[in-house]
Amino acid sequence: MDMPTPNPDVLRRKALVQQRLLKVLPEDAVIHDPAETRAYECDALTAYKCPPMLAVLPSTTQEVSDVLRICCEEGVPVVPRGSGTSLAGGALPTADCVILGVARMNEVLEVDYDNRFIRVQTGRTNLSVTGAVEEDNFFYAPDPSSQLACAIAGNIAMNSGGAHCLKYGVTTNNLLGVKMVLMDGSVVEIGGTHLDSGGLDLLGVVCGSEGQLGVVTEATLRILRKPEGARPVLMGFDDNEVAGQCVSDIIKSGILPVAIEFMDTLCIRACENFAHAGYPDCAALLIVEVEGSDAEIDYQLSKIIEIAKRHNPVELRESQSAEESAKIWLGRKSAFGAMGQLNDYMCLDGTIPVSALPEVLRRIGEMSEEYGLPVGNVFHAGDGNMHPLILFDANKPGDLEKCEAFGADILKLCVDVGGCLTGEHGVGIEKRDLMSHQYTPADLEAQMTVKDVFDPKWLLNPAKVFPLSASEARRNALMAAE
Amino acid sequence: MKPETEAELAEIVADLKEPVRIAGGGTRGVAGPGTTIETSGLSGITLYEPGALTIVAKAGTPVAEIEAALEAEGQQLAFEPMDHRGLLGTVGEPTIGGVVAANISGPRRIQAGACRDFLLGVRYVDGTGRVVKNGGRVMKNVTGYDLVKLMAGSWGTLGVLTEVSLKVLPKPEATAAMAVQVPDAATAIQTLSAALKSPFEVSGAAYDPQTGRALLRVEGFTDSVAYRVDQLKSVLSDSGEIDEAEQPADLWRALRDVTAFHGQDGDVWRISVKPTDAPDIAARLQAYQTLFDWGGGLIWALASKATDLRARLGVHDGHATLVRVDAATADALGRFQPEPAGFKALTKGLRQKFDPRGLFNPGLMG
Repeated sequence: MDMPTPNPDVLRRKALVQQRLLKVLPEDAVIHDPAETRAYECDALTAYKCPPMLAVLPSTTQEVSDVLRICCEEGVPVVPRGSGTSLAGGALPTADCVILGVARMNEVLEVDYDNRFIRVQTGRTNLSVTGAVEEDNFFYAPDPSSQLACAIAGNIAMNSGGAHCLKYGVTTNNLLGVKMVLMDGSVVEIGGTHLDSGGLDLLGVVCGSEGQLGVVTEATLRILRKPEGARPVLMGFDDNEVAGQCVSDIIKSGILPVAIEFMDTLCIRACENFAHAGYPDCAALLIVEVEGSDAEIDYQLSKIIEIAKRHNPVELRESQSAEESAKIWLGRKSAFGAMGQLNDYMCLDGTIPVSALPEVLRRIGEMSEEYGLPVGNVFHAGDGNMHPLILFDANKPGDLEKCEAFGADILKLCVDVGGCLTGEHGVGIEKRDLMSHQYTPADLEAQMTVKDVFDPKWLLNPAKVFPLSASEARRNALMAAE
Repeated sequence: MKPETEAELAEIVADLKEPVRIAGGGTRGVAGPGTTIETSGLSGITLYEPGALTIVAKAGTPVAEIEAALEAEGQQLAFEPMDHRGLLGTVGEPTIGGVVAANISGPRRIQAGACRDFLLGVRYVDGTGRVVKNGGRVMKNVTGYDLVKLMAGSWGTLGVLTEVSLKVLPKPEATAAMAVQVPDAATAIQTLSAALKSPFEVSGAAYDPQTGRALLRVEGFTDSVAYRVDQLKSVLSDSGEIDEAEQPADLWRALRDVTAFHGQDGDVWRISVKPTDAPDIAARLQAYQTLFDWGGGLIWALASKATDLRARLGVHDGHATLVRVDAATADALGRFQPEPAGFKALTKGLRQKFDPRGLFNPGLMG
C-alpha cells in the first residue's frame, strides 16, 4: 500500500512542533517518545503500520482547537483517531503526522428523554452511549460489531452501521448535531436538538467524511425507546441462492425485520466452534430478528417462518428464550474473532443490490478457487452489505498481495452489479485506489472540492479516501508553496 | 428551457450566460422571474426492485407516477412528502426531483426519517455543466463523501438533479389515529412526548390548537395496531379524554399538507425546534394560527404579512423558513434562516465550488 513520502521539512521541525503543543496541552497529553508513539502505529487494519511523529490526547474542545491551529500553522498533517478500530486504515498514521486521539473526551454531557437525544463527547464508546440510557429503557441504535471498543468519533467519521440498521438506519440517520473543530482551529456547531437543517445539510456531508473535514468533539445523538422485546429465528438452507431468494421474499412480504444476517458454511463452522451457538451445519444460515410485544413477534415470525418453509429449509428454529437469543447473536457477533482463529483474514465490506446476491456469491466462490484462498461470507443480507472474509497467511510471502488482489476483484464485482465498495467500514487507505472503479474523475473532483472548502491546506487525514494520484496535486500544493 | 436528456441539460448549463431558476413541477413556491430550466422533460422510473426496497427515477418524474408504481407493490415513500399546491395556490405536477431538492418530509419524519434519510443516490449537473453522480442504489454506502445528503435540501443551488434513487418501505396494513383532548400546548407536547417515549411506535404526533386535540398515529399489522392503541391509551390515561379519530388517512393528509391554512391570508412559516421548546416559542410568535407536528419539533405558523417572526423567536435551537410569502418580503427577510458566520463561510464556499458562476437560483438560500 503506497503512502505519500513524509515531508522532510515537517520531520525536521518535530521538536518545535512538540514544544508548541506542550504550551497548550498538559505534558502527559503529548506523546513523543518513539517507544510510546508506536502504540498508535496502526488501527484494526493491522497489515499496515507506521508510527506517527507525535500523538496528542486533548481533553477539551479548546485543546483540540489549539492543536489543530498549531498544526495548521506549522503545515503538519493531522490524523484523527477515535478508538483505532477502523478496518479500513482510517486512522493509519504517516511518519510526519500528529495523531489526534479523542479518547480522553468521553463524558455524557446531557440526556433528554422528552426530546429523545443524548449529547456526548465523541471519545465515548458506542456501547457506553447505550449504557448511559439503558436503565431507563432507551438505546442508541447503530451497533457496529466493534461497539464495545469503537468511539462515536470514529462512528461519525465512517458513518458506521451495524446489524440492526435495516430498521434503524446507520449513524447519519441517528445523528442530530455536532460540535466540530476545523483544521484552522475554528469551532462550528452543525445541527442540534431539532430536526433537519435550515440551510445546506452540512451534517450529512460531515458524517462519513473519514476525519477529513474536521474533528468532531461533541455529538447529539438520537436515542430510542427499547422495543418491548425481540426474538430471532434461525434458518438453515442447503443452497446459498435459495437463502438469498428467501431474504428477498421476506422483504417483499411487507415485514421489516430489524436484522437479517447471513452466514455461509465456512463462517457457520468457525462461529459454532467458537461460540457454540447451536448453528446447523449447512450451506447458508439466516438469522432473522423481529421486535415488538410477544404477540407482535409471534405474528411476524409466523409469517416469516411460513415464507421460509416454501424454500425447504434444512433447519428452522425460533428462539425459545432470552438465553437462546443471546447465544444465537453471540455466534454472529463473534464471527470476525472466530474467523481469526482459522487464519489471518481480510474483511471486505462491499454492498450489492439484494437481487444480485446469488450471482455475487457464486462468482466469489469461483474466484476463491482461482486465487486458491478460502472465503467465508457473513453479512447483513437485508441491506445487501456483504462481509467476505478472505483467509490468508501473513507469514507466507506473497499471500497478502494475493489476498489484496482477490479482495479488489470482489469489490469491483460489487460495483459492477450495481453496488458499492464499502457499506459501513469506509474507504480509508484500503479501498482508496479502487475509488476510480466506482466514480468518474468528475465524481471524485466534486467530492474533493468539499475538502477544499473545509480544509484548504489538505492537512486532515490527507492520504485517505481518494486515489493518491487524484489527490496528489492538492496534497502537494502546500509543500510546493513553502 | 426543458431538456429531454441529461446530456442536453449539461450542454445547456455549460453554455449559460446568465443565472437561471431551476424548477421541477414548480409547485414549491420558489419560482422567480427570468429564465427557468425545467426538469420535467427528464422523466420516468428507470428501475424499481420491490424485493430490494429501491426505486430509481429521473428527476422530473411526477411524484404521482412513483406513488402509483409503489402502491401496486404495496410499498410507499415512507417520508410522506407534502403536496404544497393547496397551501401555496400553485398548479403543476410535483416531481420527485423537487421533493428531493427541497428535502420535503411529512408527519412520518418523526419516526421513519426525512427525505434525505431515504435518498440513496443522485445524479446532477453542476454549475460548470459537469455530470456528477454520488451514492448509488444500495441501502448502505459509505464510499466517499455523502454528497447525496448535501444535494437533498439544497433547493437547486448546488446543481440540477437529473436522477435520484430512493429507499422505499412496505405500506402498513392498518392505520389508526387517536385524539387526546388537551387544555394547552404544554400539555399537548407532554402528551406527544409520552407517546413517543413509549415502545409503541408512534408514526405521527401532532397538535392542533384550534381543536385542542393532540393527535397520534399508529401503523402496522392490524392486530399490532389494535394492541398498541390500547397500550397508548393506558400510557396516556392521565393526559385527557381520548377518542379514536375517524378516517386517519384523511386526517394525516390534512396535517401533512397543512390544510388548516389553505386559502387563509398571511405569511406561512415553518419552524424547526427542540420539541419541548415548542409551547414557549409558539406563544412568542403571536401568530394568527399555529399547527404542531413532529411531536412539537415542527411548528407551522400563519402570521401577519411581512412580519419578521425570527426576531420574536429569540435565541433557540432550530431554524425558521418562510414557506409562503410575497417576493418583496422574501427579499427583505430571506426565506431561509440566516446562518452563523462559521457555518455560512462553509456553505458559501461549497456553493462557490459547485456553482462557481453563481447560476443556480441565486439569492434563494442566501
